[in-house]
Amino acid sequence: MSTATLPTSSEQQRPRRRPASRSGSVRRIPGTVLIVLLVAIEVLPLLWLLMNSFKSQDEFLNAPTWALPRELNLQNYVDAWVTGNIGQYLGNSVVAVFPALALMLLLGVAAGFVLEVMVFRGRGGILLLFLAGIMVPGQMILLPLFSVYFQAGITGSLWPLIITYTATGLPLTVFMMATYFRAIPREVFEASTLDGASIFRSFFSVALPMARNSIVTVGLVQFFFFWNDLLIALTFTNSSQLRTVQVGLLNFTGQFGATQYGPLFAAICINVFGILAIYLVLNQRIMAGLASGAVKG
Amino acid sequence: MNKVLGDRRAIALLLGPALLVYTLVMLIPVVWSLGYTLFEGNAISGFEFVGTDNLVRLFTDPRVAEALRFTLLYAVIITAGQVLLGYLLALFYVFVLRNRGSVVRTLVFFPVIIPTVAVALMFQKLFEVAPQTGPVNALLNVFGVASIDWFGSPVSAIVVLVIMDLWRSMGFYAVLLYTGLLDIPDDIMESARLDGANGWRMVRSIVLPLSLPVLLSSIIFSINGTLKVFDSIVALTNGGPGTATTPLTLYMFQTSFSYGEYGYGASIALLLTILCLIVTVFIFRSSRRDVTKG
Repeated sequence: MSTATLPTSSEQQRPRRRPASRSGSVRRIPGTVLIVLLVAIEVLPLLWLLMNSFKSQDEFLNAPTWALPRELNLQNYVDAWVTGNIGQYLGNSVVAVFPALALMLLLGVAAGFVLEVMVFRGRGGILLLFLAGIMVPGQMILLPLFSVYFQAGITGSLWPLIITYTATGLPLTVFMMATYFRAIPREVFEASTLDGASIFRSFFSVALPMARNSIVTVGLVQFFFFWNDLLIALTFTNSSQLRTVQVGLLNFTGQFGATQYGPLFAAICINVFGILAIYLVLNQRIMAGLASGAVKG
Repeated sequence: MNKVLGDRRAIALLLGPALLVYTLVMLIPVVWSLGYTLFEGNAISGFEFVGTDNLVRLFTDPRVAEALRFTLLYAVIITAGQVLLGYLLALFYVFVLRNRGSVVRTLVFFPVIIPTVAVALMFQKLFEVAPQTGPVNALLNVFGVASIDWFGSPVSAIVVLVIMDLWRSMGFYAVLLYTGLLDIPDDIMESARLDGANGWRMVRSIVLPLSLPVLLSSIIFSINGTLKVFDSIVALTNGGPGTATTPLTLYMFQTSFSYGEYGYGASIALLLTILCLIVTVFIFRSSRRDVTKG
């Protein structure tokens, strides 16, 4: 690609640059304003959220909404956790998400390995079959699954969630892992085979350690998909004891009758700032992982 | 070599479980769901064969037309907004912040991973009218404008929905497009700069043409996601006021689980799937090269 063919216009005859020392500081002003604006747009709503989680019901109804809380009262958090059952819902989410995550990674990584490294007829077709699953909307599988889970008598447990998450996470996992394994030179596996390793040995001792970073990234991406899911959780949690944290939050006001603002804000805060804690540690990996999942998907 | 790398027993052991789970929980239900379109009833009361009644109803139901219209409207507005805003942010990251922008990028990305339900409840309270006047209305009052009942009319409800979805997703598209912009070779930019291209001229003649592929895949990814929108709408407006903000996904959910009409729900799901399929065909036609390159 050549840029020499760009048409030259008359304005380019004029001096192109002002003295660098002046323009450097002057040109930074709009940039700084934009940065401040951007940070304000992101942070102010969250700060307001946090501030409100300490207010009493009286302050919500009688004080301006931007007033600071009168005291740093943690009662709202206690109410949200105990009366609002957020503690129990968080527990349900953990019990549903982590086994599904582990199972899905185990199955998906092995399948991605086979589809990319091993040689057999029809592997392109199977990869495409998995790929098609990324496109299918959840609504298309909910009704048959609900019927089956109902017939099987497991609707009163978290099993429907674990099973459904495992399966719906597979397409993206298989596809992302296949892409990662493609980046490992084939010679690596040919060498380990020549050295006498069985395919299982190659998988566990060569492929897995080499793909460890990728597996963590895929797991992280899928964790957020499972943890933030509402559709599947809403469909299969038919009793209040089974609610995941998202479903519980959606029905939160129902726990108290009328809207109790303080506990509601506390419940939202538990949700938001819990995720923030993970994000503070792993943000670069999360950003890269989600972006690569999107481009590939 | 091929004996080991083509070992059928190993293939079956490593690939089999994933394929089995995937087939049982996704592929078979898709076909099964197709079958449901010919029946009416639900898991608890049993089913009755009704032939093509559901499909006929699909084409005559004004609520389906309304939901389809809203789904498309939402997909177009949000996709345009997400990609445009994301692209502007990405340009901002590359040309203004340069290498100092890591903290800003990380901050703007954060809402992407906050649970949608939490974001939606927060926006409900931000735009609330009564009993508490939310910050947005309080701000309007400061400027002498009367409070607006944001969730009382379809147009204003959609406005809040759009603001919320852009707030939570712009950081994602910004990072996505930012990585695309970084792939533009420095020497091309440098030689354009030496040729006198600056600012807008640089964006239009160099940056835009060279980031077209990643821009295109962002648009397609965004449409594919917005067509399936569910949780943000359920949590923010629950389809209201009335049915004004009910997309196909939510209408399907209500039909199936509130009214217990599995057959008709499956028919709406089929319509939604066909819609997504059309978009996916575009994905393959436009990104074929990139997929093989991996």
